[in-house]
Amino acid sequence: MTGYQGLIENRRVIICCGTGGVGKTTTSAATAMAAANAGKRAVVVTIDPAKRLADALGIAALDNTPRVINGPWSGSLSALMLDTKSTFDEVVRSHAHDDAQAERIIGNRFYRNVSGTLSGTQDYMAVEKLNELHDSGDYDLVVVDTPPTRDALAFLEAPKLLSRLLDNPIYRIVTSPGRGPFKVINTAAQQVLRQLARVVGATVVDEAVAFFQAFEGMEDGFRDRANATLELLGDDRTAFVLVASPRADTIDEARYFLGRLHAADLDASAVVVNRMLPQLSTTPDRAAQLATSLAGSAAGGAAQALADLTATSAGDDLRITKLQDAAPDALTVRVPMLHNDVHDIDGLAEIARLLTK
Amino acid sequence: MDPGHFFASSRVLVVAGKGGVGKTVTAATIAAAASRCGLSVLLVEVAGRSAAAPMFGASTQGYEEAVLVHEAERNGIRHGEIRGKSITPDDALTEWLSSHGFNRLLKRMAKSGILEVVATATPGIKDLLVLGRIKALESEGAADLIVVDAPAAGHALGFLRSPTGVRDAARTGTIHRQAVEVLELISDPERLQLILVTIPEETPINELIETSYAVEDEVGVKLGPVVVNGVLPEIDGLEGSTTRAQTSTHERADLNEAAAFRASRTALQDKQLERLGTELPLPQIQISQVFGTQIGPAEIDVLAGEFIAGIEAL
Repeated sequence: MTGYQGLIENRRVIICCGTGGVGKTTTSAATAMAAANAGKRAVVVTIDPAKRLADALGIAALDNTPRVINGPWSGSLSALMLDTKSTFDEVVRSHAHDDAQAERIIGNRFYRNVSGTLSGTQDYMAVEKLNELHDSGDYDLVVVDTPPTRDALAFLEAPKLLSRLLDNPIYRIVTSPGRGPFKVINTAAQQVLRQLARVVGATVVDEAVAFFQAFEGMEDGFRDRANATLELLGDDRTAFVLVASPRADTIDEARYFLGRLHAADLDASAVVVNRMLPQLSTTPDRAAQLATSLAGSAAGGAAQALADLTATSAGDDLRITKLQDAAPDALTVRVPMLHNDVHDIDGLAEIARLLTK
Repeated sequence: MDPGHFFASSRVLVVAGKGGVGKTVTAATIAAAASRCGLSVLLVEVAGRSAAAPMFGASTQGYEEAVLVHEAERNGIRHGEIRGKSITPDDALTEWLSSHGFNRLLKRMAKSGILEVVATATPGIKDLLVLGRIKALESEGAADLIVVDAPAAGHALGFLRSPTGVRDAARTGTIHRQAVEVLELISDPERLQLILVTIPEETPINELIETSYAVEDEVGVKLGPVVVNGVLPEIDGLEGSTTRAQTSTHERADLNEAAAFRASRTALQDKQLERLGTELPLPQIQISQVFGTQIGPAEIDVLAGEFIAGIEAL
């Protein structure tokens, strides 16, 4: 099997990435559905899907347990909507030495910031969930819809997030005060802490310190888990699928994204371009001629429509070529613009069909 | 409404919308429209990468402020200067700390990860400081109008909520005062308005409606007119017969297909525009979809004309 079908059948993990507004969630869900059609046990992890799609999938509420979606497939299809906060709580509980330590952390305000609002946390938990579902052995394919983010590689950086927080000197001074090699840093860092308190207030600093103290002894577990997740992202059976639309602004973002992936040694296996306009054989120049010569005649309106359409799709082709240049080894899948937004199982089935055609 | 009056009603216009709706095009269009009314404009991008400069035919602007369009007289009308500036959240944080006594330690703080601890301990601090920079530009009168190309929504909501969040998290300290000052800016309709952008499609319109109510309830910012970008212009006689047109058979087939496609897209769009009008009681300004390969000064000029006409029709 080659093409997108091959990707779906041979990989264990597919990560759909790209900017917002290009149909990433529907592409992710349709990819999982195509796998179910091929007899696989597939699950899709979605993040903030449009409400009507979530309703259709039966995952309208935040819920960390995959819901089985019944349908005419030979395999199985499940979906879940990621609850970042409770996923993070689960991770903390699984690494804590005892309940008291877990509760001390979960009740801390600094931790609530980390688990709730810190940029990258959603990505971190998406890959954490991916790792968990992959390890469970319940699924042949896990598809992840990454959150729309300002930083193209937030989900790659995400597992390092806590390690990085744990690597900084504040953590060291509060957990191992005055330990030999860090003594010099400690004095400086303590001075910084005092100054910071003047800027952000003492409560904020105290809570951060309390968080790091509560975390003591868990850092190795977190670090190992982060490394395991990074390994899974780089695995041969993990594929990155970049979802884009032919619009100028999203193509620029998509190219930037491909460059970042490439720099991290993680090439995209496929580029899915949604919202393709009908491809007609009349050239834009000829269509513009017709628009002029037929203006005022009965066919004038149609000629104007043809001129507009061909001018736009010619631009689209040019931009998609630029995108392909940025990822020469990736497979390009074009999905036509649909007549309606997709918010039911039938709509997803249509996309699944178009993706694997 | 008189366009000059509209642009003089607030010093800062924040343009926000979900990814893919053409937020940057809209911000550039508004800047060009204000310039045409004789105002000097500062276009601020906060996403870190500049996308607006090529729309004015200028080379990509870096982090430094640059002139995108010079003040000039065209067709007997004075056009104001348009400058572009990029403010990134990371830069806003380091600059603010350096101006608050951390200059000497800044490098070490960045390297050791203390900066991340600060940002984590005070969620929203970077967004707040970006807004703080915008407030400073506003109070020093950097331009007649400041147009801000905000981060993509849902992030837009977080962006505007940041002052409240920081004010409540850091109850004392310099940053608390900064949050209070920024809140004064964003809750004052004579200083700042929010322009939400969408395209005439179902999901983006749903999100726009949700964001509007959330912003009004939670942030207390004044909502200006909604901009619908990418509207397909009405074509007269789209259903006219092509059988007598002097074309080849395959061209006739293309004409028919293009007409049918356009008719169906226009019908969908009209349905969504009507729904937006019913569900969200805010004035609408429509700007057209740009056909062709790219958006440059000529296209922005056309859109700016449409924007001005839209304001006049309010």
